[in-house]
Amino acid sequence: MQDRPLQQAEFYQRDRRWHPPAYAKDYKTSVTRSPQFPLISLENTASEITGPTFGHNDLNPTDNDLLSNFAAAGQSPIGERIIVHGRVLDENARPVPETLVEIWQANASGRYRHKKDSYLGALDPNFGGCGRTMTNAEGYYYFRTVKPGAYPWRNWVNDWRPAHIHVSVFGTGFAQRLITQLYFEGDPLIARCPIVNTIPDPAAVDQLIARLDMNATIPLDTIAYKFDIVLRGRRSTLFENRLEGN
Amino acid sequence: MQQDLNYLKETPSQTAGPYVHIGLAPGAAGFQIYEQELGQEIAGPNAKGERIRVEGLVIDGTGSPVKDVLLEAWQANAAGIYAHREHPGETEEGFRGWGRVITDFETGEWGFDTIKPGPVMGRNGQMMAPHINLWIVARGINTGLNTRIYFDDEAAANAKDPVINLVEWERRRATLIAKRSDQEGQLLYRFDIRLQGEDETVFFDI
Repeated sequence: MQDRPLQQAEFYQRDRRWHPPAYAKDYKTSVTRSPQFPLISLENTASEITGPTFGHNDLNPTDNDLLSNFAAAGQSPIGERIIVHGRVLDENARPVPETLVEIWQANASGRYRHKKDSYLGALDPNFGGCGRTMTNAEGYYYFRTVKPGAYPWRNWVNDWRPAHIHVSVFGTGFAQRLITQLYFEGDPLIARCPIVNTIPDPAAVDQLIARLDMNATIPLDTIAYKFDIVLRGRRSTLFENRLEGN
Repeated sequence: MQQDLNYLKETPSQTAGPYVHIGLAPGAAGFQIYEQELGQEIAGPNAKGERIRVEGLVIDGTGSPVKDVLLEAWQANAAGIYAHREHPGETEEGFRGWGRVITDFETGEWGFDTIKPGPVMGRNGQMMAPHINLWIVARGINTGLNTRIYFDDEAAANAKDPVINLVEWERRRATLIAKRSDQEGQLLYRFDIRLQGEDETVFFDI
């Protein structure tokens, strides 16, 4: 750890009207898991501005390849071979380099490799369903995987989740910690999903829909989707700030 | 024409869902895939300070334990320094300050072993009492919940803590304070989190 004074100050206020509210009655599980009291807003301190950092020693270079990271030698999972790639940026459109991105998903049948998932869709012996990577110096990341299938869940009796990949990102401060879900362009289940619809603003929903990206598609091999992730931006210290107590 | 501000919007949050373990704790989901799972060790063997264990339940609005939660802890070392380049000072080799645990599928109990953090300099020269920052995600939680764990044997520091004192309702402050006990030489802090209803834990918008 090198001594360096804070160059930047607080993260921008999170826009809680852009994110889903805690209580969203059509997503039934939220009803008993949502705080009733308002959140107490804190000005950032070192506790929120700092956050864990990861190094390339923490993971294997192949951890981002879900086509091979669980498959038997010479085998491949069944399903649509896709690349998911994009950049992690902040609200100032600056890249977030060297940050950890983790994903998890169902297989092509919509079945998760989880002991609590009892859906009829078959497990794929060559597919685990999780991956992780670090963004590079430009904030760029990529994964290779299969496109997950839709699956049913017990909310209303005939609710089906759209195909999605869960995404977890760290950023540089604990205040940027974010988990979200990536959806796929054109999926008719998106508009019907009570979890998607916890998000009040249709423009915010659009931000979770990965676009088909023919430019990144590898001909005769793997089709590509682009998904950029935006984390909270940060104020520059234009004037002496009082964080450190002067 | 007016100029456009041109800020991007933060990617909206979504629930981590019931199978968060697959991605963030695959061993718990029932399979091994990574050479090392992240978040198993917060402080490392070289960290100075008092070795403690923090344990608890996450309880929903019906009083039932929630059994599919993932919690992440972020804390300073015993000298009050975060393992981050922007925080002046040194941390011990191997001290990460971050850990990740899940609730037990049958009982809902969670716990992690760490060291007790030191006080951290807050805003405007006000010292913050020792605390661990906690982030909670699960099915039914649309945006991760932030709270802080303080310690009941730090009553004097807690009384002056600028964040605890932001909680205007004094009775609610107790929901942030873990209770210490000595279990045959193991220092244990109990911290139950109530998502909703009576004695609802204070959650922060950080």
